[in-house]
Amino acid sequence: MNPALVPHAVLLSLALFVIGALGVFLRRNVITVFMSIELMLNAVNLAFVAFSRSWDRLDGQVLVFFVMTVAAAEAAVGLAIVLALHRHKDTLDVDAFSLLKG
Amino acid sequence: MDSVTAVLFYAASGLALLSAMAVVAQRSPVGSAFALIVTLCSLSVLYGLLGSPFIAVLQIVVYAGAIMVLFLFVLMLLNVKREEHQPEGRGVGLLAGGLALVFLLQVGAVVLASTLQPGSPAYDASTARMARLLFSPDYLYVFEATSILILSALVGAVVLARKEPR
Repeated sequence: MNPALVPHAVLLSLALFVIGALGVFLRRNVITVFMSIELMLNAVNLAFVAFSRSWDRLDGQVLVFFVMTVAAAEAAVGLAIVLALHRHKDTLDVDAFSLLKG
Repeated sequence: MDSVTAVLFYAASGLALLSAMAVVAQRSPVGSAFALIVTLCSLSVLYGLLGSPFIAVLQIVVYAGAIMVLFLFVLMLLNVKREEHQPEGRGVGLLAGGLALVFLLQVGAVVLASTLQPGSPAYDASTARMARLLFSPDYLYVFEATSILILSALVGAVVLARKEPR
């Protein structure tokens, strides 16, 4: 295998993570923010797979498996919360949900 | 063979980067969701090229299949058109982009300076080996705990999305 692939995969994971973080901070739609979080989780998964390859151990892949399970659970609960929010406020704008603001 | 792997790797990387930018830059949430599906599929190609077929298939089935269908289902259900307003001016976007660039350069420099091993050619992440590790005493209890997590997420989603009884 090309020896440059592992560091390049880690760099790509870093770039995807930064793009996802930008989405979380700049977007105003709850669902788009949520999708950016999924993007960040995927960036971390890519880093796990690359490091697993680099150190010849499978533990990184098992962690990716668990991250995916948690992401599935999080998506189910999060989208249910989005549905409930939309029912209450009739909007998906993150600035509308400021009930907990001090 | 090696050059084919490299070409596929960089093509999938570029596609992942471009579609990830489309996810964030897109005005309509449905467009973002479709761009995210492209990102997830190209990441699956990368997992395959890095020698983990199990994770590659799981990525397609769980992420691009189950999770993104859930997202699209909610988007269609709520009939989201596009974002209502964008109150932050150009300054906030520029500041965020600048900070992101600084972070990218700093951590990127660390990654480039580190000596990551390319990994041995005998690396074997077949489903059989993954299963043996997943059901070994190291991860068995965590694995069982995730099944409880999924169950509670299921119940929680039903409770949260239900209409309140009058």
